[in-house]
Amino acid sequence: MKTSSVGIVTPQRARFDEPLALACGRVLTAYELVYETYGTLNSTRSNAVLVCHALSGHHHAAGYHSAEDRKPGWWDECIGPGKPIDTNHFFVVSLNNLGGCHGSTGPTSINPETGAPWGPDFPSLRVRDWVHSQARLADRLGIDCWAAVVGGSLGGMQAMRWALLYPQRLRHCVVIASAMRLSAQNIAFNEIARQAIQADPGFADGHYLARNTVPAKGLALARMVGHITYLSDDAMADKFGRDLRSGSLELGGEEPAEFQVQSYLRYQGSQFSGSFDANTYILMTQALDFFDLAREYGDDPVAAFREAHCAFLVLSFSTDWRFSPSRSREIVDALIAADRPVTYAEIEANEGHDAFLMPIPRYLALFGAYMQRVRGAC
Amino acid sequence: MRLDLTHIQRWIAPGSKVLDLGCGNGEFLQRLALERQVRGLGLEIDPDKITSAVARGLNIVEQDMDAGLSNFPDQSFDTVVMAHALQAVHYPDRVLEDMLRIGRQGIVTFPNFAHWRCRLYLGSRGRMPVSRFMPYNWYDTPNIHFCTVKDFEALCEERGIRILARDMVGNTQRRPLLASAWPNLFAVTAIYLISR
Repeated sequence: MKTSSVGIVTPQRARFDEPLALACGRVLTAYELVYETYGTLNSTRSNAVLVCHALSGHHHAAGYHSAEDRKPGWWDECIGPGKPIDTNHFFVVSLNNLGGCHGSTGPTSINPETGAPWGPDFPSLRVRDWVHSQARLADRLGIDCWAAVVGGSLGGMQAMRWALLYPQRLRHCVVIASAMRLSAQNIAFNEIARQAIQADPGFADGHYLARNTVPAKGLALARMVGHITYLSDDAMADKFGRDLRSGSLELGGEEPAEFQVQSYLRYQGSQFSGSFDANTYILMTQALDFFDLAREYGDDPVAAFREAHCAFLVLSFSTDWRFSPSRSREIVDALIAADRPVTYAEIEANEGHDAFLMPIPRYLALFGAYMQRVRGAC
Repeated sequence: MRLDLTHIQRWIAPGSKVLDLGCGNGEFLQRLALERQVRGLGLEIDPDKITSAVARGLNIVEQDMDAGLSNFPDQSFDTVVMAHALQAVHYPDRVLEDMLRIGRQGIVTFPNFAHWRCRLYLGSRGRMPVSRFMPYNWYDTPNIHFCTVKDFEALCEERGIRILARDMVGNTQRRPLLASAWPNLFAVTAIYLISR
């Protein structure tokens, strides 16, 4: 089958004036969501797939914004004609979550009550708030029931929450490289990231927009820490090893040596700090930390999954140590015990957590085979 | 469809819940789903077979039986099937116990190592049999626990496992008269329906 791109796509914007009650107790009186769609909604509106993004993701999941665009959307490997989420058959909706910094209402938006950017006063969000806002977007698009809700990492958490909060509104739930809640180690890494941002003088307690400063160093450092956890030891060894970018390790010289991995991390950090909002990063990492799928079900994931009516595909990657295969197994075991249809595979991959974005042949073949089954019922 | 699988089908109630241990490419589960409307789950470890089985629309979990089946609750399936895998697991006795913990009944099929051809091969050549059904050399084979009809029944006796029915498959598609009369000598494949 010929594999290609969805081509040039244009983001759309939906405004919601109905107030949204948030998990934190506050109410967002109005908000906007930016989203993209790929493929065509069929006449019975049964072929819609919702793509939920991860920590630093956004609505631009596939295709290009212009002919000059060098890089496609973040999940272009998996979305497009002939790809696992085949846009010849599915109507794909990908949005920027509430609290994001790519166009949807978030800390950089203007707070209507003050006329100034929300900044650190933007309400704290939970994964369920995203799910509720996504359900409103589904209403707006006339989608009663998703063929599938799909997500990797933090996106997988949204997909699982969908299955519990709106069991009648999805037929399949695809959870890739995710977990039912973070471990202490996961939270610890997120805390380092937040501390790095908050310790930057440019952060100004989150009021950097009003002060016209940028916590660029802190944000870059946060990204560097995060980035290490997305890669495996093997992947870093393959990519950089101990290669030097400059200088030498020869004795008798004082010229400082710089490893390739150092410059790579710095580049990743500075790219990110130029394109991402620090308050959004704090908000998103907190939503990640606070997520606990089974908390209100007596801490029993089996009881939680009994709420679900959909079938599940769970995928993990062998070298992912951020959300390791054993975390996915916990999901699978709970689904088995809850007597819910589940398919699970652990994909052999060198790339660590980031593998879910990579064109790994077995991953694409299996994901595609499952999505064909999803298609069969559309 | 392999002969042993055709035999098994009649022991599986329509609409029941079936766990297939070592489901391969899912051919059997798919047939059960189509003809018996079962709710099936397959366990498999081979990546390509998993993809083929998923492409058939089946629920498949990648899991190694040798690492245990403790994630499956007691009596959570009507039938647990293990076709031609008993001889390939590390602890066949533990798997059998687990099958009957998880399922109300179990169905096991295995190649009978006491078949006369095996005996003749071993007896006359003094070497481990290699045949169409068992095409592996002893040093490179998934089959690490060969047993015979008598061995299996002795184990069932010892563990208090009830044999509800047994079926023997001979060399041909015809009614296996010899295999039924003298299974340990003439059965190529033995098929058992067991329970607690």
